[in-house]
Amino acid sequence: MSNKATLAKAKMLKPQTKQSFTTYIMVIAAFVIMMVLSSTGNVSSQIEGLLVPLCVYSILAVSLNLTVGILGELSLGQAGFMCVGAYASALFSIATNESITVAWIRFPLAILVGGICAAVFGILIGIPVLRLRGDYLAIVTLAFGEIIKNVFAALYVGIDSNGLHIALNQADMNLAEDGTEIIRGALGVKGVPQDSTFVIGFVLLMITLIISYNFINSRTGRAVKAIRDNAIAAESVGLNITKYKLITFALTAFLAGLAGALYSHNYATLQAAKFDYNMSILILVFVVLGGIGNIRGSVIAAIVLTLLPEVLRSINNYRMLIYSIVLIVMMICTSNEKARNLIISVFNWLKDQIIKLKNMIIKPKTKEVK
Amino acid sequence: MGFLNNLINGISLGSIYAVIALGYTLVYGIAKMLNFAHGDIIMVGGYVIFYSMTSFQINPYISVLLAVIACTVLGIVIEKIAYKPLRQATSLSVLITAIGVSYFLQNSALLLFGEKPVNFTSVVNIPSISLFDGQIVITGETIVAIIISILIVVGLSLFIKKTKSGRAMLAVSEDKDAAQLMGININRTISLTFAIGAGLAAIAGALLCSAYPTLQNTTGAMPGIKAFVAAVFGGIGSVPGAMIGGILIGVIEILGRAYISPQLSDAIVFAVLILVLIVKPTGLLGKKIREKV
Amino acid sequence: MKSLKRILAMSAAAAIAVSCFAGCASNTATSSEGEANGATGKTIVIGGSGPLTGSAAQYGVGVKNAIELAVNEINAAGGVNGNTLKLVFEDDEADSGDKAVNAYNTLKDQGMQIFLGTVTTGSCLAVIDKSKADNIFQFTPSASAQDVIANDNCFQICFTDPNQGKASADYIADNQVATKVGVIYDSSDAYSSGIYNAFKKEAQAKGLELVSEQSFTKDSKTDFSAQIADCKNKGAELVFLPIYYQEASLILTQSNNVGYAPKFFGCDGLDGITSIENFDTALAEGVMLLTPFAADSKDQATQDFVKAYKEAYNGETPNQFAADAYDGVKILAKLIEKQNITGDMSASDICEKLKAGITASDFSFDGLTGTGMTWTAGGEVSKAPKAVVIKDGNYSALE
Repeated sequence: MSNKATLAKAKMLKPQTKQSFTTYIMVIAAFVIMMVLSSTGNVSSQIEGLLVPLCVYSILAVSLNLTVGILGELSLGQAGFMCVGAYASALFSIATNESITVAWIRFPLAILVGGICAAVFGILIGIPVLRLRGDYLAIVTLAFGEIIKNVFAALYVGIDSNGLHIALNQADMNLAEDGTEIIRGALGVKGVPQDSTFVIGFVLLMITLIISYNFINSRTGRAVKAIRDNAIAAESVGLNITKYKLITFALTAFLAGLAGALYSHNYATLQAAKFDYNMSILILVFVVLGGIGNIRGSVIAAIVLTLLPEVLRSINNYRMLIYSIVLIVMMICTSNEKARNLIISVFNWLKDQIIKLKNMIIKPKTKEVK
Repeated sequence: MGFLNNLINGISLGSIYAVIALGYTLVYGIAKMLNFAHGDIIMVGGYVIFYSMTSFQINPYISVLLAVIACTVLGIVIEKIAYKPLRQATSLSVLITAIGVSYFLQNSALLLFGEKPVNFTSVVNIPSISLFDGQIVITGETIVAIIISILIVVGLSLFIKKTKSGRAMLAVSEDKDAAQLMGININRTISLTFAIGAGLAAIAGALLCSAYPTLQNTTGAMPGIKAFVAAVFGGIGSVPGAMIGGILIGVIEILGRAYISPQLSDAIVFAVLILVLIVKPTGLLGKKIREKV
Repeated sequence: MKSLKRILAMSAAAAIAVSCFAGCASNTATSSEGEANGATGKTIVIGGSGPLTGSAAQYGVGVKNAIELAVNEINAAGGVNGNTLKLVFEDDEADSGDKAVNAYNTLKDQGMQIFLGTVTTGSCLAVIDKSKADNIFQFTPSASAQDVIANDNCFQICFTDPNQGKASADYIADNQVATKVGVIYDSSDAYSSGIYNAFKKEAQAKGLELVSEQSFTKDSKTDFSAQIADCKNKGAELVFLPIYYQEASLILTQSNNVGYAPKFFGCDGLDGITSIENFDTALAEGVMLLTPFAADSKDQATQDFVKAYKEAYNGETPNQFAADAYDGVKILAKLIEKQNITGDMSASDICEKLKAGITASDFSFDGLTGTGMTWTAGGEVSKAPKAVVIKDGNYSALE
């Protein structure tokens, strides 16, 4: 009996493991290709400059997919968590810039600080809101994201010999002559050491993927999926809904914090205005286009949707309009039986036509007809 | 005096929120979905009024009527194209679609009308009332906003209680399947709800743009979200609740801006939402809904 | 469901392939172009970056138009020093992070030799270290924060924010315009809060009484009733508005509705208030502002510029952003001539020559936004703001 069960389990795990390793290999291959191209000088500065943001957005999309796809709740506060991670890690780096001079020690610590601070915020926010259902949860996460953005944009933080000063405008800080301003309201933070590189971004993305896949396939992940599919039934078999929701939420926030840290150390300046509601929606678009619950899809969608508007800059005006249509069409196609069948039949028809065309040109081999 | 002035400003803003919140609460109560695009229909209404008044020199009141018609049609079309195919879908899919619709409206408006905000001419031409030697001034827009919001609440309550369609809406909101068994056309009822909600949004657009005379593609987004907060505050699904919630949120926002911090007034409104949801998730006048397996 | 996912994955992969090819294609195109430039040595590529989409688009579009206008004028007159100028302009969405850097990198791929950007402060701060590392001369028309010119390769055409705030407080105090002052500013905007901070400091030093300091944010910029009520209750005789004209027009309208009529005083952001469509300009009567440029000014150069701009761009009236950018191109042209710069030089060589030229003691420039403009090695411009008052819908100079 137990032997049978383990056998069945091994059989069940196999496709999941395969899926995760395919994703790892794809990401590693993309990384190696880019490294080779870049070391031989075949990459334009535009693409070179996009490498780190691509990692940032991929991580954000994967982490949001944990909440949206695995937990089945809509979070519109992803940018808020990213903001916390970005600010926390930036402050850490500025504070320790002189004491830890080696970037490869300081930066991982900063990333960790960013991730942990974001996770703490995730838990703080999660405790009250995760009791709520779908629509309420979405609106409350949106509210939290906006609160975080507004607070950081209004905040002035400075340090001098008397200690730390926090105020809502510059003059109220009362900094002494020797003081330095760290956060300057809407102007944000400047002087963050630019430690982010494509290699670190790639490593972070790999870590994110490994954590995510292992989480999904773990006992906890299965419990979370059970809650997504039927919360009341899951509760009745003894699953602690709040606990599992909170774990997922905190993990999402943690990974978003890592992405925020990577982001803030890639640019000379950091402003809270960047982390607005539109940013959260953008990441949601990545998740939806990549397939809700599909980790690999999130990475692909994040890369394509970040590259396309940059490479084809002239379509920039229509970008958001196209995204909105993508959201609506994707939802209707995946949730509506009729639309889904229609699309599949259209694609099948196309596939048949292509095969027919192929058969007309090349003599068919048995392999292809299959 | 200062406090009284702020209170009046708060009630003025609040009665506009109330009209928007009524649309939210109706649609949420009956179709069980958060119509994210509701705020953007306000913006569309605003643009219809603006262009019919400036480009075609049409009388303000007729312009508002045109906007109501245009938004009603828009509301029905959105429902038919985007929401109807998702009747059986999860609330996650519906919400994402609604966000998509909201972005679609915002960005179409951006491409059509440009990114530059336009200055709106008030549709109200009632003079201000000045009390205590001008220390307290109540603008015409405030008076109109308050009267209209009361009229709408009374009208809507009567409509729901007294007419056949209204009672059908009530039945659908209570139990969709049972209502269907009683011979109520669910699709028609939901379409009607969207039509009424969108029409109210057009009126809200006229009031909002008259009181704060500027208009751009994102004009409706923030008021829309805050009005949702108001609807939740008052108890979602409750018509008088939306009115009370709207006024309270407006007053809280203005008083917060005046006495706590202007930067954090939005944060305060959102904090109120979170507090309400923790303490009394059903809102002030809402009914408790129990979920079944 | 599964097959649908596969279909989507396939289309996504196809899209990636297409985008990569497009990327490579554009890459090769620009590099060959660069070589062509090097061979003939006749074109100097000026790069510009600013928001062409998003909420700040009106400023970026104004700058782009004005640069285009100036470049066309110069080229029509036979170029400068045997070179024709070529403009490449990219959209940075007024972003302070990836969008700004991407725009800069794209410009670099297009062979940019001089960087006339960016329009907004946030974007500028994101790229100053990049342009420093590449040693490309950066000349910003309108990014007014002081941090923007921290590097030695970056110069400003507009005033820095602190200067505007200080000048405003000085003007109000020295001319005894008012003693009780209220301020309404945008705390989410670097420009506005920069001016406000400097204004506050100087106002206190000059003995002005700041009775009410009110702010608003990008998300709540339509309802000013609470802020106006506070200024009114505290008895502010003058309200200082270091903000852009769109919000200022709302403040004027809403103040009028509640019967509050103090003096209003603003900075260059208010320029354009008289040309807002559908705005009752009678409300702007008596508004004072410090601005380097006034579109209604009577001098010949301004009138020619405004006329040409209106003709080229559907009758739009240029604002001070556009004027700064127009001056920027003309200043560069003068420097190119003076320093004998040609298109076959590297960006870095051009940068050194321009730096030497612009800070030289014998260099000064008379343009739309000021006469006798000179630059310090720190990158700051010295020009005198003009104080104007709106009278009968037009600007008239205050002494």
